[in-house]
Amino acid sequence: MTDLVQLLPLALLGAILGLDVVSFPQAMISRPLVAATAAATLLGEPGRGLLIGATLEMFALETLPFGASRYPEWGSAAVVGGALFAIHPDASPGALTVAVLAALIAAWVGGWSMVQLRKLNARLARARHESVASGSKRVVEGLQVFGLTADLVRGGALTAAFLAVAIPAHQYVLSRWATDPRVSRAVVVALAASVAAGAVWKVVHAAPGARWLLLGGIGVGLALLATR
Amino acid sequence: MGGPEIPFRTRVAMFVRLLAIQGAWNYETLLGNGIGFCVEPALRLLPGGQGGPAYRSALARQSQYFNAHPYMAAVAVGALARAELDGEAPAKIERFRTALCGPLGSVGDRLVWAGWLPACSVAALAAFGFGVGTGGVLLVFLGLYNAGHFALRAWGLSAGLDHGMKVASALGEPVLRKSPPHIAQAAALVGGVALPLALDQVIGPGRALFGIVLAAVALGGLVLAQLHGRVEGWKVAVGLLVLFVLYSVVR
Repeated sequence: MTDLVQLLPLALLGAILGLDVVSFPQAMISRPLVAATAAATLLGEPGRGLLIGATLEMFALETLPFGASRYPEWGSAAVVGGALFAIHPDASPGALTVAVLAALIAAWVGGWSMVQLRKLNARLARARHESVASGSKRVVEGLQVFGLTADLVRGGALTAAFLAVAIPAHQYVLSRWATDPRVSRAVVVALAASVAAGAVWKVVHAAPGARWLLLGGIGVGLALLATR
Repeated sequence: MGGPEIPFRTRVAMFVRLLAIQGAWNYETLLGNGIGFCVEPALRLLPGGQGGPAYRSALARQSQYFNAHPYMAAVAVGALARAELDGEAPAKIERFRTALCGPLGSVGDRLVWAGWLPACSVAALAAFGFGVGTGGVLLVFLGLYNAGHFALRAWGLSAGLDHGMKVASALGEPVLRKSPPHIAQAAALVGGVALPLALDQVIGPGRALFGIVLAAVALGGLVLAQLHGRVEGWKVAVGLLVLFVLYSVVR
């Protein structure tokens, strides 16, 4: 798995999806539900990609990309998570837990890397201020192209670096995993759903009647589960 | 509107550029360079053409600091292009440009980031919870989200180009003003249905502990809702997962 032939397409996917987060085209193909599924599909495991994608999406519900705020970068992070989870199609008890943790850390580092890129863009814009103030088409377009290219490279490099480190680490951790599979899965799912529940509440609580709709929806969901 | 008609090709070029409006986003000029980048195709229609004095001074004006929601910035791009082509006074355009920032930021944030995006996300989680296949779940999310996304950008550009400096009336559209609470209500209902169903799909071997997990989710969700603004749940989860992985490996 760690050979370049398999790493390169994943890095390219991470680059494209990392670019989607902010720079181009913000069509939300970078959301974990899509990005993790795409990564796992590249490895022939779309179903496992959707499963970890849905888990990561529950975390991502809490972090919305408001303007200048700092938020995790889910595009390349979900590629990392989706790829890690797809590598172990057998029932390794901690596979989802470790892949989710790796993706969350990658999202954190990815968010930091976006801040650094924004600072770099600012330095470059400051250095070209005179040209921009004189209405230079070449400089205005050049700044835009530089930012887009740098973001593409950032996402690709982040994905490649994380996978290069996380794949052996993931294998090592799973080889020593000693917790019961039921508990392993229950812990990560409980954390994801708790974050999602808090996030949905945060988004909807101000709307009239929304708290009752949320409670009613949960009741309907639980009733549907009971009839399965 | 006294300025020249904007050809279809120019409108398309502006729309495509709008998709990359945040390409050079930074902490000093924010969206400023992106606005100049997107308005530029229309500025070529100014007297003197590309590179002429009118073109250069308009491009310089439009590439300064600007802040708005990236989708709603389409309104600004259209309106500012129209104002430049109509030959409005530079000082008036700059005042108008400054005045646009606030409303376009707050309307977009409420409508898209705090409304449409989470609503589409929980709709996709609901589809996943109901057992819809991989392609179907992605279609629900990407189809729903981008129908709204591209429609908003296209409407914004068109409204800006049509209304120019009178674009404030377009921002009073009932869809923009009244839909955020309705979207939030729909998200609440769908989100409520989606959470237990999605949890059931993901839990796999943990199903034996379903009751305990549900209780933990109810408690965890309540605590995070109470701590809203003071704690980020996903960061807490990273810490807890690190401890759990260490426990699972070293015990």
